[in-house]
Order: sequence, then C-alpha cells, then structure tokens
Amino acid sequence: MEALLFQIFSGLANGIIYGSVALALVMIYQATHHINFAQGEMATFSTFIAWALIHEAGWSYWVAFFFTVAVSFTGGLLVQRIVLRPMEKAPVLTNVIVFIGLLLIFNALSGMLFDHTIKAFESPFPKESALATRFFAAHQIGSAGVLMVMLFALFAFFKYTSVGLAMRAAAQNPDSAKLVGIRVSWMLGLGWGLAAAIGAVAGMMVAPIVFLDPNMMAGILLYGFAGALLGGIDNPLGAVIGGLVVGVLENLLGAYVIGTELKLTVALVLIVGTLTLRPNGLFGKKVVTRV
Amino acid sequence: MNSEIPRKWVWIGGLLLLALLLMLPFLVKNYRVFQFNLVIVYAIAILGLNILTGFNGQISLGHGAFYAFGAYAAAILMDILSVPYWATLPSAFAFCFVFGFVVGFPALRLAGHYLALATFALALAVPQLLKYKKIEALTGGAQGIVLIKPEPPFSFHFLDQPLSADRWLYFFSLAVAALMFLLAWNLLRGRVGRALIAVRDHPIAATAMGINLPVFKSMAFGVSAGITGLAGALSAIVVGFVSPDSFTVNLSIFLLVGAVVGGLASIPGAIFGGIFIQFVPNIADEISKSAPAAIYGLFLIAFMYLLPLGVMGGVKALWARLRSLAAG
Repeated sequence: MEALLFQIFSGLANGIIYGSVALALVMIYQATHHINFAQGEMATFSTFIAWALIHEAGWSYWVAFFFTVAVSFTGGLLVQRIVLRPMEKAPVLTNVIVFIGLLLIFNALSGMLFDHTIKAFESPFPKESALATRFFAAHQIGSAGVLMVMLFALFAFFKYTSVGLAMRAAAQNPDSAKLVGIRVSWMLGLGWGLAAAIGAVAGMMVAPIVFLDPNMMAGILLYGFAGALLGGIDNPLGAVIGGLVVGVLENLLGAYVIGTELKLTVALVLIVGTLTLRPNGLFGKKVVTRV
Repeated sequence: MNSEIPRKWVWIGGLLLLALLLMLPFLVKNYRVFQFNLVIVYAIAILGLNILTGFNGQISLGHGAFYAFGAYAAAILMDILSVPYWATLPSAFAFCFVFGFVVGFPALRLAGHYLALATFALALAVPQLLKYKKIEALTGGAQGIVLIKPEPPFSFHFLDQPLSADRWLYFFSLAVAALMFLLAWNLLRGRVGRALIAVRDHPIAATAMGINLPVFKSMAFGVSAGITGLAGALSAIVVGFVSPDSFTVNLSIFLLVGAVVGGLASIPGAIFGGIFIQFVPNIADEISKSAPAAIYGLFLIAFMYLLPLGVMGGVKALWARLRSLAAG
C-alpha cells in the first residue's frame, strides 16, 4: 500500500510537469489551431537563458525567472510575427514542416550557445519545508503551486479581460472577429507569446528534476502531448488534469506492469488510443465543421 | 517535359549518365563508395515517404520507424535464420507493408496535425521498443546486431580498383533503387497516382468521384512503409550493423528534410533528398557539432518560403522559363 501510494504521488509530481507542458500546447492550439512541435525545444532554450542569467550574470533566481518569462513571451511573439505570419493561410503540411524546422533550430541553438554538457539547475524552493511530506518534496509542492497560479491567471485572462475575449474570438471565428475590429493576426502572435512564456515556466520547473541539456524536453513533450490530448486539446483545465493522469498512469504502469523501459511507448499508446477512441479527449468539446 | 528535345539526345544523355553511374565507384575511394551506398538507401526511403506525404498528403514524422523495422527484419533474418541478404529485401517490404497498413488504419481517423503527432510519437518510441528486454534474444538489445557484409559473387579489377564488398553493394543498391523508382513511377503516373493526389487536395470531391478513400489512404500507407522498410533492410546490408540508437527520432526528421528539399510529390526529387541528407551534415559538421541540425532547420523553413516544391520544383520552373524564352 505504502509503495502504491508512493508511486501515485511521484506520478502526480511528474504529472504537474506534463500538465504545464500540456497547458502551453493548449494555449497555442486555442490561439492558432496548430500543434507546435517546437514547444519543447523553445522551453529548453528559455531555461538555458535563465541558467545563463543565474550562473553567468549572477542574478538572483526570481529576477531571472521573471526576466526569462518576459524574454520568452517576446521571443514567442517574434517567432510568430517573423516566421509564421506568412504561413497563416498555408496548408497544414507547410506548418508542420516549419515547426520541425523551428525544433531543429532551437535545439541547435541551445547546443551551440550553451554546449551539450548536462547542467544542474536549482530549485527556487527551500529543501526543507514544513509543507514537504514523505511523498512530496518541497520542489514538487512549489511547482504545483506555480502551475495552479498559472492556470488561474489564464482562466481569469480568458474569462474577464477584453484581450482574452478577443483571442478566443479570433481563434473560433477569424473572419467574424476581423469584422468586429479584432486584429486576428496579432492575437495569434499573442497566443505564441503566452505559450512560450508558459513553456519557459514549465522548463524552469522541470530542469531541477531532470537536469538541463538541449534534449531535456524530448520525452516530456510527448507526455505533454498525451496529456493535452487526453484532457481535450481545447481545454486548459482538461490539459492539466490530463497531464496528471498521464503522470500517474506512466508511473503505475512502469512500476507494476511493463517496467520502466517502455515508458515512452505508454505515451504512444495513450496518444493513438485517445485519438482513435475519443478524438476530443475527456473534457474537449466536439467540433463539427461545415463542408 | 522532354518532348521537345530530339529523342536521340535523350538516349545519348541517358547512356552517358548510366556509364557515369557505373564507373563512379571505381573513380573514388572505398569510403566514398560507402557514402554513395547510403545516398541510394536514403533516396529509396525518401521515395517511400514522398508517396505518403508528398502525393497523398498524409504527414508522417515517423518513417524512421518503418526504416528501423525493415532494417531489423533484414538483420534478424540474416543473423538468426541465415537467409541470403538479397532475399531479405522482399521480406522486409512485405513485413513493413503489413505494418504500415495496420498503422494506416487508425490514421484514417487522424487528419493533419494529429497524424503528424501520432507518427512523431511512434518515432520517439522506436529505440525503446527495440531495446526491450523481452525480445533481446532476437534484437540483441542495446548492442544491436553485427552483420557480415556480403562478398561480391565474382571479382575483377577496373581502373586498378578491385570490386570490393562496398563496390559490389553499390551496384546491388543501384539495381534495387532503379527497380523501386520504376515501380513508384509506374504506380504514380496513372490512375492510382491521380487518385492519391485527388485525395490529398480535396478528399470530399475525391470521394464524390468514386475514389474509395479508406482503401487508397491505407494502401498508400502500406506501400510507403514497405518501400521505406526495404530501404531500411538495404541499409542494414550496406552498413553491416543495426542498433536501436541509429534509429532515433532524428532519422524520421531527416527523411522529412530530404523529402522537402528534394521536392514533395516529385519522384526524382528523392535522389536530391538522399544526396542532401548524406552530404550536408558531413560538410556542416566541420563548422560545429550543432551546425547540421541548425542548417537542416534553416533549409526547411527557407524551402517552405522560397521553393515549396523543392529542388525538383525549382528545376521544373527554371526549365519552363527557359523554354518560354527559347520559344520567344
């Protein structure tokens, strides 16, 4: 029982990370209806920026944290404005190829600028804490808190601000949104900025656990995808829940059923299974398109 | 597009090209021959991917998986069942055809991004699957399988160079590639090819015209996987070694890069793609360790902007311009 509980809780801890990545994916999907394959590498690159600020420039953690989030937001916005704007009307294949191009470039940039050695990245949360229990380390509680704050902020942003409303409108019905004066193209850019910022936070929360190197996010991105799809790709809360479910499933299956070697296959089966059996995920809305 | 050149010149040009291709391995060092072999292998693999992604519009980021399964099928057949190397190719094709058909079936429900995502997941999971402990007796686990390169069936010297194992494999691969390209060309130039393109461009209209969508889509997946699997089997023979870490997700991405650079929906484009993914990293590696990936990425994006139909698309456009100039 003790062991089972331990597995579940450590699964939840991983799930928090997957949930944050899934959240970033959902953000881009909501704003642009695209799945960004470069999300993981962009997050890794952001984390490297934070690392350089802390270790090479000597900034304190939280200053570096917020600065990195701001830089990532701007970076995401710029990537959309410069690279993707001409592709807004292009077919899916073109977009996917450009995303793969971005993935390769960001991965190479991380390697070139910060080299391939594995780096330790500190956690902002104290090692010993009254809140930490047998099952949860302080870092995991802290990152769960950060994820919660992010989720609420996003919820409030989309629900109560006019920009959030405009973004939703631009994604749902770009033509009508344009007619009521929303600058649809900029809304897409904003979506990319937000997703990059969320990705940066996720990266900085992951790095203390898995260590920092250019390929840090490859596996995590896949679990993020699985979580986002499981929860419904258009539902932020669903993405977080999906991420948690994936984390727990991964750990339980790994510990009791198939062993740790096939963990990525679990994600594969989850993705293909969700897409074929319940394409809208557990909490997603059914989308009907007109011919 | 050759209709305006006299037939005589086409023949002479073709024969010269053939002579050059046949002499090529004796003009260079053995290591170069090995690289040329890989170019041929990649060209076949890209041809397979192109049938699915270029002609049929189903995005696959996981063709490295079929390549890997083809390679392992060949390696296991040779290593454990002592099947002669040439006989492994049809088996790998059949095996990957079935596998691709099975993968293609759920893919019917997945459009665009989602298919890309599912195949991407497949590509990421492959090395793990190949390392799996329970099938280690078959696959050799993380160590992989070492094979013996087949000896040439006869020996001679030409231009002071012996017919080494690599040179023999060059001719073998060249023949296989010629056969594959001929098959693909025959398949795609007629009704089937037009149907595949119709399904890509407008699935609903294609259905209305009486094209059986599920059959064509899953058949395209099967044939594409089969050809790429055969390329994988050929790679196992040419390299003489298979291991899980040679088939990472990067392989799938490189194949896509090759298809895009050579030209989506172009059969000869696959050859350019093969040359590109074999030689560009070698050149770029001298700049820095990360340079190949960066250059690939830049090329992908630049091609989408400037030459969305790849090198072959560019050649065709240039040819059309020259012809209209000549016609005045």
